Amino acid sequence: GSTLVIAEHEGGVIKAPSLSAILAATSLDSSISLLLAGSGSSLHQAASQASSSHPSISQVLVADSDKFKNPLAEPWAKLVHLVHQSGGYSHIIAASSSFGKNVMPRAAALLNVSPITDVTRISDSNTFVRPIYAGNALCTVRYTGSSPCILTIRSTSFPVPKNSVDSKSSEASISEVDLSTFDEDIDKSRYISQTSQDDERPDLGNARIVISGGRALKNAENFKLIENLAKKLGGAVGATRAAVDAGFVANDLQVGQTGKIVAPELYMAFGISGAIQHLAGMRDSKVIVAVNSDADAPIFQVADYGLVGDLFEVIPELQEKLPEKK
Amino acid sequence: MKILVAIKRVVDYAVKIRVKPDKTGVVTQNVKMSMNPFCEIALEEALRIRESGLASEVVAVSMGPTQCIDTLRTGLAMGADRGIHVEFNDALYPLSVANIFKKLVEIEKPSLVILGKQAIDDDCNQTGQMIAGLLNWPQGTFASKVVLDKEKQVVTVDREVDDGTETVCLNLPAVITTDLRLNQPRYATLPNIMKAKSKPIKNFTPEDLNVEIKSDLEIVEVTEPPKRKAGVILSSVDELIDKLKNEANVI
Repeated sequence: GSTLVIAEHEGGVIKAPSLSAILAATSLDSSISLLLAGSGSSLHQAASQASSSHPSISQVLVADSDKFKNPLAEPWAKLVHLVHQSGGYSHIIAASSSFGKNVMPRAAALLNVSPITDVTRISDSNTFVRPIYAGNALCTVRYTGSSPCILTIRSTSFPVPKNSVDSKSSEASISEVDLSTFDEDIDKSRYISQTSQDDERPDLGNARIVISGGRALKNAENFKLIENLAKKLGGAVGATRAAVDAGFVANDLQVGQTGKIVAPELYMAFGISGAIQHLAGMRDSKVIVAVNSDADAPIFQVADYGLVGDLFEVIPELQEKLPEKK
Repeated sequence: MKILVAIKRVVDYAVKIRVKPDKTGVVTQNVKMSMNPFCEIALEEALRIRESGLASEVVAVSMGPTQCIDTLRTGLAMGADRGIHVEFNDALYPLSVANIFKKLVEIEKPSLVILGKQAIDDDCNQTGQMIAGLLNWPQGTFASKVVLDKEKQVVTVDREVDDGTETVCLNLPAVITTDLRLNQPRYATLPNIMKAKSKPIKNFTPEDLNVEIKSDLEIVEVTEPPKRKAGVILSSVDELIDKLKNEANVI
């Protein structure tokens, strides 16, 4: 078989979740083609980086057009459809990022196949495990349809080892996608804007340490306690749905079933009761610390280390006593 | 202008689910069922658009066994004008749902289709995108704000994405899927529950709509996730720092 990986890139490099998608593709025992799209020099930079990023990648396909400058689902799904028509792939994989979630089911509909989203384990080339009911059950599903089998993978379940890029690995060929038959009516949807992200903090999805706060922080001002502690540890900031709904922090910091899924080495939960929707987003963290004034809070059932106490006393003490990040 | 809203009957969000011993699924017998919370948000948004005078009719659609009619009645009690039930008693995967929905769109000719971004049972997050793909309509998924411009026949959608909020503008007709922060759904009042009993619900089967339910997916098994081993309750911040440093080695 041959697998097509849809890769996202930014600033001339492949994004971390897409590296996880490549890693997932390597377990399918097939040759891998990578599809990159966009326009300008950063696209070609990313393509050349991608061509030597993994020995299993045999080909990098580049779709260079203003139509792909922004991550709109309409032209992107058409592109996946077009590239599949000439490539005849057995599998098409993307990360389960907001981009992958938006584009891949639409592409699957155009190809008249059922996609399998948010895969956490690949058992064999047709059998996959995905969480259901907010991770309270795991479903093993077999794909019995025709090619391609379309997957999105949960990147935290396919962690890419650090320094895995082997500079000596052979370079894959880079070729341009023929867009002469591409006829997407781009006026149907228009990209207006995107809020800019805080670049100083590590990305929540890939951070080694995540410091999270819940409604018990009471207001946005108090939430700075969480932000300062994260800064000291070099970690990312997370929040519960309740904290986001109450306006303490922006929506992109939400960890949970419908927010971000994280699996850092250390997850510290302050004033978080542990609703199943939140646990769904962080239960795969290596070490979980919970600080809560309610000794019966369900968060303590998943925590490796629990501390029953007032977070307004505990956080300042931690801030003072924890070592500065290395 | 007409709005079609999809509503799904799922295990209530507050129920702690149990996996069946034979691993064929989760226990749903004698378990409280409700409208999927994201679908409530979708319906609420449609109702608000109608109440602001921008739409004339809201039609709620549910697919599955007979009990889906209860979910439709809830939707009618919230304020939907009428319901459509597509009866099917076996597993329905998003591709089939999208194919059925496409037929309903051809019959009803709505300007807007609104769905929840995902159902809290299978957590698929696929159906809205697939309907949009099949119809070749633009899509605004994971919406946290929807502004309709009837004159220009466009809808502007704020979308919750990984690194913040993205805004797109879509020509009508379009598909929107709703995220949590779009609105706060209303409760059905008793008078409206009474009124809902006389609102019409049309019944179809997939055959009536000429949709063949072909399945390219097979559930092999459903299992419990691995349990985390029990942790310890510590007595002080000093002890916590010591554990993180010397036992867990994470700082």
